[in-house]
Amino acid sequence: MQTMLAAYFPILVFIGIAAGVAVAMVAASLILARQAPDPVKLSAYECGFEPFDDARRKFDVRFYLVAILFIIFDLEVAFLFPWAVSLAEIGWLGFGSMMGFLGVLTVGFIYEWKKGALEWE
Amino acid sequence: MIATLAFYAFASVLVASAAMVVTSRNPVHAVLFLILAFFNAAGLFLLAGAEFLAMILVIVYVGAVAVLFLFVVMMLDVNFSEMRSGFVRYLPIGGAVGLVLLAELLMVGAVWSVSPSAPRLIAVPVPGGVTNTEALGRVLYTDYIYLFQAAGIVLLVAMIGAIVLTLRDRPGTKRQDIARQIDRSRRETLDMVNVEVGQGMVVPPKHEPAKQPEHANGNGHHGGGHH
Repeated sequence: MQTMLAAYFPILVFIGIAAGVAVAMVAASLILARQAPDPVKLSAYECGFEPFDDARRKFDVRFYLVAILFIIFDLEVAFLFPWAVSLAEIGWLGFGSMMGFLGVLTVGFIYEWKKGALEWE
Repeated sequence: MIATLAFYAFASVLVASAAMVVTSRNPVHAVLFLILAFFNAAGLFLLAGAEFLAMILVIVYVGAVAVLFLFVVMMLDVNFSEMRSGFVRYLPIGGAVGLVLLAELLMVGAVWSVSPSAPRLIAVPVPGGVTNTEALGRVLYTDYIYLFQAAGIVLLVAMIGAIVLTLRDRPGTKRQDIARQIDRSRRETLDMVNVEVGQGMVVPPKHEPAKQPEHANGNGHHGGGHH
């Protein structure tokens, strides 16, 4: 337990450094940079987009479908990790159980492939 | 020492960001605070020795579920001034529902009791000598095989449900059909024509109406190099 946590200590140090660098960059640009606010700086450049606009607009429900399908296959892969680690001990029952799980999800995969849910038009 | 400090840091940021999820006015900010809460919960899992759960929390919840929440929040198209307009009118019924829920919560909390076997379960969380992931794998696919297969069925239902609810065929859209594109031969689309100088020609209609006739006699008019 303690050795496991000790192995994560570099990551903790890394998180600390990352937080420090992020704070330092924002603070330095606030303190050191010359601030000359101008409304023209926030206006659209020639015929470009408005730089600050309401993000709350309706967009295609298709993005949502892609996100849901991604979550499902993400979970499927997440189930594979403990299975791969312990496959030597759980024997044929564990192997068959995972094959059944994958088979059920493959049925869904074939369904969505045939329906064209993965295609973008 | 460092583990204790890290625990308090993770726990305090977790509680603070969870409070911000509930109280922040902008739903997008609420989702971003939710992501921060997920990260800190992953840190707490790590401190408790549950490495696999910590990584899954980051991969699945931060990587996928939070993105889905953002999509939903963006898709709702919430207009705040419109939302607050009926505040006084709906206050009595909304307050009544809230009071009922509060009373139920209080009644549930009043009969809360800790199971006498709970300390025993805390005492033996991980079998000795194996990693957390391996301990999970040893029981998940054999001892809990029915629950595991049920999880597969639930994922299948979610997949089919999402497709049935959101996928519809729009008329007039063009999809890419790679087999047809590769199958097309040059003879179907391109004709080489020798045109006499000063004669010009009438383009014969082809069986595919979408073709641009320019391709058929491009040589005669432009002398090539146009595309």
